Amino acid sequence: MTDPDIPPRALAEAVITPEALAGLEPVRSVRTPIRLVYDFVPSAAAQAYLRAYAEKRILGHRSPVDGAVFVPPRGVDPRHGTAIDETVDLADTGHVGNFCVTHLPIPGRDDLEVPYVSAWIHLDGADIGFLGLVAGCATEEVRIGMRVRAVWKPDEQLGPTAENILYWEPSGEPDVPVGRAGNRAWRGRTDG
Amino acid sequence: MAKGAGQRDVAVISVAVRQEEALTDENEVQLLVDLVNRARDAVGLSQTEIGFTCSGSSDFLAGQAFSFVQTLDAVGAFPPISESHVEMDGAFALYEAWVKLQIGDVDTALVYGYGKPSAGSVRDVLALQLDPYYLAPLWPDAHALAALQARLLLDSGTVTPEALAEVAVRSLHNAVDNPNAVRASADATPEELLAAEPVADPLRASDLAQVADGGCVVVLAAGERARALCERPAWIRGIDHRIDGHALGTRDLTRAPSAAMAAQEVGASSDRLDIAEIHGPTTSQELILQRELGIAGETAVNPSGGALAADTLMASGLIRIAEAAARVGAGTADRALAHATSGPCLQQNLVCVLEGD
Repeated sequence: MTDPDIPPRALAEAVITPEALAGLEPVRSVRTPIRLVYDFVPSAAAQAYLRAYAEKRILGHRSPVDGAVFVPPRGVDPRHGTAIDETVDLADTGHVGNFCVTHLPIPGRDDLEVPYVSAWIHLDGADIGFLGLVAGCATEEVRIGMRVRAVWKPDEQLGPTAENILYWEPSGEPDVPVGRAGNRAWRGRTDG
Repeated sequence: MAKGAGQRDVAVISVAVRQEEALTDENEVQLLVDLVNRARDAVGLSQTEIGFTCSGSSDFLAGQAFSFVQTLDAVGAFPPISESHVEMDGAFALYEAWVKLQIGDVDTALVYGYGKPSAGSVRDVLALQLDPYYLAPLWPDAHALAALQARLLLDSGTVTPEALAEVAVRSLHNAVDNPNAVRASADATPEELLAAEPVADPLRASDLAQVADGGCVVVLAAGERARALCERPAWIRGIDHRIDGHALGTRDLTRAPSAAMAAQEVGASSDRLDIAEIHGPTTSQELILQRELGIAGETAVNPSGGALAADTLMASGLIRIAEAAARVGAGTADRALAHATSGPCLQQNLVCVLEGD
C-alpha cells in the first residue's frame, strides 16, 4: 500500500506561487480524514451459512425455478430474481473448476506461503463453485477437474466462519473430465 | 422536457413500496426481490419482457463499493439485461428510464431505489456529498444544515414556527392511512409539537424526516403497451430536473429556483392539481418547495404523509412518484404532481406531472 506520509511525486516539485503569496509556506496537500461506521447485518441466509460452519456443515440454496443449487446461499436465484428458501446440506467434497497459482504474498496473511493456489471449488451437489485454497500437493499437480475434499480445523477450534476449512486437498479419486468441470447451473441455461 | 414537446406517452403502470424503521434481518437483496416481483407480477411481466432496468442507491449508505451490482441479484440479470444505475434517488433513475423510453427502442422499464440507513449514520453520510475541501472536512451534519436553512426562512418573516408545526401535524395525520409510515398520529396537535425542545434549533424532531430503511419499485410502459398491461395508467405528462449551485454560500437558501424552473417546464400550474407528493426532508424545506412549485390551496399535499413520515435516502423521491401514481391509477386523483430532491438543502429538484386518461 502507498505510504500516506510520503507525498505523491507531483507534489515533490517546487510549487510556484503568485507574487502576492511570496514568503508564505505553500500548501502542498490537504488531508481530510473520513470515517464512517456501519453495523453490517448479514442476511438470514448468510447467518445460517456461517452458523452451520461451526458444525462442519456447508449449506446451499436450491432454486425453485430449476433446482439449481447455489453456494454460499444468498436467499435468491440471481439468474431469475426469485427468492429461495430451500436449504440443502452439501458434501465437503468436490472438484477444482478453475485455479490460479499466486506468487505474491497477501498482506496480513503471513501464514500463507507462496506460491499458493486459489481455486474455484465445485462441491458435489452444487451447481456453482466458490473460492477455496488448494494445498496438500505440489502446485504443479493442481488441475481443472481434480477431485478435492475439505481439511477442517480441529473440532475445538471451529467457529461460525468459512475459515473453518483450512484448505482443500486432493482426494485421489479419478478426475472429473475437463469438459464437465465447472459451472453447471449457468451452462444449463445457455445450452437450452 | 417541456410538457407536450413531441414526447412519447409513457406511464407508471405498477408500483411496490416498503419502508420500515429498520430492516434488522434482511439485506437489500432480500428487500428488493419481493418488491421487484410484486411490481412485475402485478402487470404480468417477467424480466425478459423488461426493456431497460435502472436503479438509484448509494455506496456511502451501504458502506460497500459497487453495492448496486449485488442488488441486481434481486432482478435476475441472466440472460444479460440492459441496465443502468445512478448514485442518486431512484426518481432520477426513473428520469433516465423515461429518456430511454422516449428514444423509442424499448417499451417497458423497471426502476427502483433503495436504502438501508439503519446500518450507519445518515446525517454523517450526507456530509460527504458536500464540497470535499471547504465543507465536508467540517462534517456539518444534514440536520445542522437544514436548521441553518430553516433559521433563514423564519427570519425572513415568511414562515412562522406554527406553520412548520402545521406541516408536521398534517404529515402525522395523513400517515395514519399509510402502511409504510414509520411515524403517524391521528391526534397530534401543533401546540404539542411546539412544546418539544428543538433538536437542531429551530428544528424539532417532528420537523425532521423520520429515517427509514426501504425501497420502491416502479414499472414504466409506453403507449399501447401501457394500456394493454394496465387498466388505468398514470401518464407522465411532463418530467424535468434542474440543479442549483453546489456551494451553499452562493445560494439564497430560502429559495429553490431549480424546483420552480422544473415545475414551470412541466406545466405544473397549467391545470388543477388534485394532489402533490413533495419530497421535503424537513417541514421548512416542504414549505419552501410548496411555494416554488406553486402549490395552491385546492391541492392535497402529501396524502401519504411524505418523507416526514418515512424517509428512505435514495428511495424517498421515487416513493413520491409511486404514491402519486398509485392514486392516479386508483382513480382517486386525476392530475398529480410528484417531486424529488437530492443534494444539500434542496440543491437538485425533479418534478413530474402524472395524469389519468
